[in-house]
Amino acid sequence: MASMEAGVTPAKSRREPEGRPSARDKYSVLLPTYNERENLPLIVWLLVKCFSESGFNYEIIIIDDGSPDGTRDVAEQLEKIYGSDKILLRPREKKLGLGTAYIHGMKHATGNYIIIMDADLSHHPKFIPEFIRKQKESNFDIVSGTRYKGNGGVYGWDLKRKIISRGANFVTQILLRPGASDLTGSFRLYKKEVLQKLIEKCVSKGYVFQMEMIIRARQLNYTIGEVPISFVDRVYGESKLGGNEIVSFLKGLLTLFATT
Amino acid sequence: MTKLAQWLWALALLGSAWAALTVGALGLELPSPCREVLWPLPAYLLVAAGCYALGTVGYRVATFHDCEDAALELQNQIQEARADLARRGLRF
Ligand SMILES: Nc1nc2c(ncn2[C@@H]2O[C@H](COP(=O)(O)OP(=O)(O)OP(=O)(O)O)[C@@H](O)[C@H]2O)c(=O)[nH]1
Ligand SMILES: [Mg+2]
Repeated sequence: MASMEAGVTPAKSRREPEGRPSARDKYSVLLPTYNERENLPLIVWLLVKCFSESGFNYEIIIIDDGSPDGTRDVAEQLEKIYGSDKILLRPREKKLGLGTAYIHGMKHATGNYIIIMDADLSHHPKFIPEFIRKQKESNFDIVSGTRYKGNGGVYGWDLKRKIISRGANFVTQILLRPGASDLTGSFRLYKKEVLQKLIEKCVSKGYVFQMEMIIRARQLNYTIGEVPISFVDRVYGESKLGGNEIVSFLKGLLTLFATT
Repeated sequence: MTKLAQWLWALALLGSAWAALTVGALGLELPSPCREVLWPLPAYLLVAAGCYALGTVGYRVATFHDCEDAALELQNQIQEARADLARRGLRF
């Protein structure tokens, strides 16, 4: 059914030859930030360390939405330290939300692969080489980090949060059969043109946005690989997703259930 | 077809098969012990599905990995990063 809706299968038609020299590949990391003054230097340091050790070509694009805590000032310092070819600042004036932050960042990305991750240290750059290896293994269109499989897991969650997370995941798997185990996570690697196509198609916001990306990906017959990740709850700063998280998640889930 | 439509179709199909068999429509007269089992079947299935859901979620919550090592490693790397960044002249 999915293939009928998609009509053409964009991904399959242009298979790239296997074993291409990785010198031609470039990975653009998109880091959306809002009040991440403490976390930003640490995540950038970890990213630089990881990429210089593994030798992949990269750039880090920081999209700050006018954080009042001075994240932008720290970002400018980092640009000076690591050079403006590695650290690209693409700030916006005010808080316009995560989804549009990705679109904004992607416009300036020069890599052929895009890595999306949170700047709050929940997502550790050490998994990026594994993502890349996984992607090359079967020329996946998307590689998604998963907390729910293999050695994946979380740190700093109480029982209640675990139950909500597992329960929500179970219901989602039953209702949507998405073909990926972690739908609400946002640590992923995309081929650039795939992400572009997906973002065009997606209408929802917040948590649901990540979920919709995977659902649309399946509709368009994109292939998805998974890498288990450990998710360490943020140490510094505040969560931006408010108390009505569950309500908006359920709304989004039902919308996707009824429309896809 | 949307996921919702798929569910509705499947439920309608199973539901009508069940209804046809229990009331004996279409001249399908099942022996009465069979009918006695069949009559409350949807309720049994519902309970079984509920148990399966609770069991699965419970098991997955209980076996959710706590990544103590990852948290510890991160803490150490944060110290290292702080020192190195300060050396490079970052004002936090
Ligand atoms: N540019 C931009 N970044 C944002 C915005 N909202 C959130 N972010 C960033 O997006 C990432 C994820 O946001 P979080 O607040 O950590 O959301 P979460 O991971 O679901 O929630 P917690 O980790 O539990 O706090 C972080 O790097 C935030 O700084 C926004 O409106 N604009
Ligand atoms: Mg976070």
